[in-house]
Amino acid sequence: MQKFTTLTGIAAPMDRANVDTDAIIPKQYLKSIKRSGFGPNLFDSWRYLDEGEPGMDHGRRRLNPDFVLNQPRYAGASILLARANFGCGSSREHAPWALMDYGFRVIIAPSYADIFYQNSLKNGLLPVVLEEAAVQQLFEGVYAQEGYRLSVDLDRQTITTPSGQVIHFDIDPFRKHCLVNGLDDIGLTLKHVDDIRAYEARRHKEAPWLFR
Amino acid sequence: MNGKTLYDKLWEAHVVRTNPDGTALIYIDRHLVHEVTSPQAFEGLRLAGRSLWRVDANLATADHNVPTTGRRQGIADPVSRLQVETLDQNCQDFGITEFGMNDPRQGIVHVIGPEQGATLPGMTVVCGDSHTSTHGAFGALAFGIGTSEVEHVLATQCLLLKKSKNMRVCVEGAIPFGVTAKDIVLAIVGRIGTAGGTGYAIEFAGSAIRSLSMEGRMTVCNMAIEAGARAGMIAVDDKTVDYLRGRPYAPPPQLWEQAQVAWRSFYSDEGATFDHEIRIDAGAIVPQVTWGTSPEMVVGIDGRVPDPLREQDATRRASMRGALEYMNLVPGTAIQDIAIDKVFIGSCTNSRIEDLRAAAAVVRGKRLAHNVKLAMVVPGSGLIKTQAESEGLDKVFTAAGFEWREPGCSMCLAMNADRLEPGERCASTSNRNFEGRQGAGGRTHLVSPAMAAAAGIAGHFVDVRSWR
Repeated sequence: MQKFTTLTGIAAPMDRANVDTDAIIPKQYLKSIKRSGFGPNLFDSWRYLDEGEPGMDHGRRRLNPDFVLNQPRYAGASILLARANFGCGSSREHAPWALMDYGFRVIIAPSYADIFYQNSLKNGLLPVVLEEAAVQQLFEGVYAQEGYRLSVDLDRQTITTPSGQVIHFDIDPFRKHCLVNGLDDIGLTLKHVDDIRAYEARRHKEAPWLFR
Repeated sequence: MNGKTLYDKLWEAHVVRTNPDGTALIYIDRHLVHEVTSPQAFEGLRLAGRSLWRVDANLATADHNVPTTGRRQGIADPVSRLQVETLDQNCQDFGITEFGMNDPRQGIVHVIGPEQGATLPGMTVVCGDSHTSTHGAFGALAFGIGTSEVEHVLATQCLLLKKSKNMRVCVEGAIPFGVTAKDIVLAIVGRIGTAGGTGYAIEFAGSAIRSLSMEGRMTVCNMAIEAGARAGMIAVDDKTVDYLRGRPYAPPPQLWEQAQVAWRSFYSDEGATFDHEIRIDAGAIVPQVTWGTSPEMVVGIDGRVPDPLREQDATRRASMRGALEYMNLVPGTAIQDIAIDKVFIGSCTNSRIEDLRAAAAVVRGKRLAHNVKLAMVVPGSGLIKTQAESEGLDKVFTAAGFEWREPGCSMCLAMNADRLEPGERCASTSNRNFEGRQGAGGRTHLVSPAMAAAAGIAGHFVDVRSWR
């Protein structure tokens, strides 16, 4: 997993609640058997005027000028401001893959769907949870000022605004540890091979029908 | 001491070890695999030189990409074909049992698990698909996972998890005529909202839930995720045990007695405490129809499209406006005045034999309305298809002008060739009405199988309670 420590970057606003994973990366792109290359199709049906299919030259498609990420002021954004319940819907990990492939490393929202939240953490995409009012304030900042940049420091668990205001955020200490060090969950779990074997042996006695 | 909830019991039975921060390594009994969310996981195993922890805990099928017609000719779309072939190859390489596209047992992963008895009470069941909550109908802890977690389960048979909070939704009373499990769960999603269950495991309880068949219970648990809960579940009772008897992966006769005694301990104790409880009167539920682009945007068939001007919250108001624009609906329109272009009966929510019987009962002896361009019935599995054909249901559908297809996910998410064209409006028995879900620009209204069938005959939504 890609490490996350600090990041300073342009914030872009995704100003709608309940953004679902079908919107983040539409199903036709889920046919890929790879982990990479989803960036050009992030928010595909909002971002382009035509209907996209895998294998197209997406650089030649007609962009929707009204879509927020197509506005020049948000070019190169690496922080996505979002509303409540971001990432609801399916379990597709292609959603965080697409966000990261596009260039986002941080999302800031009042809440996330559970599976999306976990999937993000496992890919080095930092999903920051802030109070509704704090998120609202950041939205206002982004709208008011072109080139609005935020600095995110995972170790200190802070977001610093262009005016120097520091906003604290909470994150599970274990997940933070994994993100900061880029740790692979499987490697960590395999340190407990003996515990897993002991559990299986016990379970085999109690519920033999589960092992056949 | 307080009693334990069903979820508490399932959780405790699977703890391999607990970490100081309260997270736990949870053992996974059953891992269901399909073609869309697994290739990168198998690739990850290969790159790290890891093998499967326990081959027999896995069961695979191809469902999302498979065509529902002309299957003997293979898959026309080369990208879909590669994904399905990749699953075949991975299962062969790692020794996983797979019901391939032309196996008579193939079907939607959440249909075939229970059908095969591969889903059992007291199990942990995971799959790289959010509708894994379906399996909770059997008193199992079942939830969807991402591809990193798929790889984790393949390699370790465990997941590192934080325990969810307990929520109980009690639906009490007799279920009125014409109201189904689908209407109950849509009403629940409408009540608690699409994020209302975030962070919770939901137990569905109460006399109305107990009165449902196993098929109906699966429909309810299937949509727990549409209320934001990763897991939905229902306590074990006689119906659960009876459903499983004799199924291929169920315990053999010499273990049956021991198993069913163990299974019957999976219920919430008297006095168990829940972090959140909701009570719903089944008698007040009417057939439901979604009007928007989130499953929580739902009203009764006797209702009207709501007016955003009457919504106080600005974000919600904006969501409603956006949804109405996408759906091309005007506030105040009677739901029964909404005409449809297509009908889809299928998906892991509503493609089981009971669903097909309910839809067939509505269309028997009638014809599809002239304005309906296509109505398709997609059974959840090859075995359900065969069962329905033995009951003559296929003939009932085709005589009415409906198409009878091969099993798969089909137009629930339109990864195969079955999809809505831009602007088309569909009465669908699936689970998500998100923008573009059934095809770019398509407009989805979620309903029960009987309501979808009736809309196909009438050409617009109608109240099945007064259907003749």
